[in-house]
Amino acid sequence: MALLAADVLAGIKEIVEEVAGIPAASIELDKNFTDDLEVDSLSMVEVVVACEERFGVKIPDEKVTDLATVGDAVNFIVSAAV
Amino acid sequence: MSQRRVVVTGLGATTPIGGDVASTWAALIAGKSGVRLLTEDWRELLPVHFAARVATEPADQMERVEMRRLDRSEQFALVASREAWKDAGSPDEVDKERLGVVIASGIGGVITLLDQFVNLNEKGARGVSPHTVPMLMPNGPAANVGLELQAKAGVHTPVSACASGAEAIGYAFEMIKNNRADIVVTGGVEAAIHQLPMAGFAAMKALSTRNDAPARASRPYDRDRDGFVLGEGGGILVIEEYEHAKARGAKIYCEIGGQGLSSDGYHIAAPDPDGSGVQRAIKFALENSGLSTKDIVHLNAHATSTPAGDVAEANALRKALGADADHVAVSATKSMTGHLLGGAGAIESVFIVKALQDRLAPPTINIENLDPAVTVDVVRDTPRQLPAGDIAALNDSFGFGGHNVVLAFKSL
Repeated sequence: MALLAADVLAGIKEIVEEVAGIPAASIELDKNFTDDLEVDSLSMVEVVVACEERFGVKIPDEKVTDLATVGDAVNFIVSAAV
Repeated sequence: MSQRRVVVTGLGATTPIGGDVASTWAALIAGKSGVRLLTEDWRELLPVHFAARVATEPADQMERVEMRRLDRSEQFALVASREAWKDAGSPDEVDKERLGVVIASGIGGVITLLDQFVNLNEKGARGVSPHTVPMLMPNGPAANVGLELQAKAGVHTPVSACASGAEAIGYAFEMIKNNRADIVVTGGVEAAIHQLPMAGFAAMKALSTRNDAPARASRPYDRDRDGFVLGEGGGILVIEEYEHAKARGAKIYCEIGGQGLSSDGYHIAAPDPDGSGVQRAIKFALENSGLSTKDIVHLNAHATSTPAGDVAEANALRKALGADADHVAVSATKSMTGHLLGGAGAIESVFIVKALQDRLAPPTINIENLDPAVTVDVVRDTPRQLPAGDIAALNDSFGFGGHNVVLAFKSL
């Protein structure tokens, strides 16, 4: 089932706020998870697992390192869901 | 270097009778019980339907995101440490390489371990939180407090079951005495109110099953005591080298004179009825503190309300203190707080520090008929005034495995 990028972004905002306590308003496509949002490696695992459950996609471990920004994650999830 | 003296400059606690030291101490002096019926359905699985949960949930004092990364025992450690650090005057300027943390727990993050095992079975490996290991490790409470305070002199976690909290304070004392640190945040915590550890203790017949009167269940020294009541929470002390404390103008509660350690070599769980291990620990604590039995006016007993343990300890006290036991006001505060396992020796050390400060020995509640085998002077029902002048007090803590720890505190 195809996902809309805007819906995925909204979902990621909710997840990152829940897991890492970062206000959704500050989460934008160009934000880097590590450098801008300070999501540490353990919390990143939580974000990935929560995204898999929410969007019904698989995000392989080797792919996670490529997801530097929120935009990278949105793009990957949208493409993986097609 | 041997002249270095160790004083207490900060206190923190979260217990079944209060969310901080002030409320806990007030409830203790008033003789209030923190034991209640559990509300969880799983209590029906067990022969014991009650425990002593903390009076104030950590959620009331912590951010939600912080909570989800911490085991409940770690939450207690941070809550109590923040209070203790603030009470010590928030000395954030201290040299971090001379700042240590020694916080124990008896069992560690057992609730996390068991919850994550359920996740594994229900959701598979991906369902197991990446925070599982830092949450379940017994050194987690010490590590999280050390991280928050940026302590770099050493972060440690001695484990000796129900003696752990006292052993931690003893270890912290040695760190300062041996010039490894000038200031140490120390104590013990426990968060084990869960059906599995409770079932384990119940299987040992260690827990009271007085389900019709939970608040009357923890009754150390009573003739009809039938086991301990599991409690949760923790106590933290900031301890400091005397000159260091004076130089920064810290409020000083009292001095820690020293500790006495021994082991029974008798049985994995039962107390040695001869009590020779306890007697040796008391003797060493007095010797190491430069105290004699004449100086001791108050003792916070281990006294958990088990049939064998209370009398074995009381006999050992009588033998170790001799005739001087007659002027020692013995308090069994587990009658109100329940037994915090690895947190017990720590909250009871907080109580001793308050007792020396207020010159007041807390009561022991729920003694309807004093066991005639108990030959020490138990403070019953209402607090008792302690004498003026230089006084000293002892804190007894013993753990499954035959661990004996006695800490000596002196007024200053």
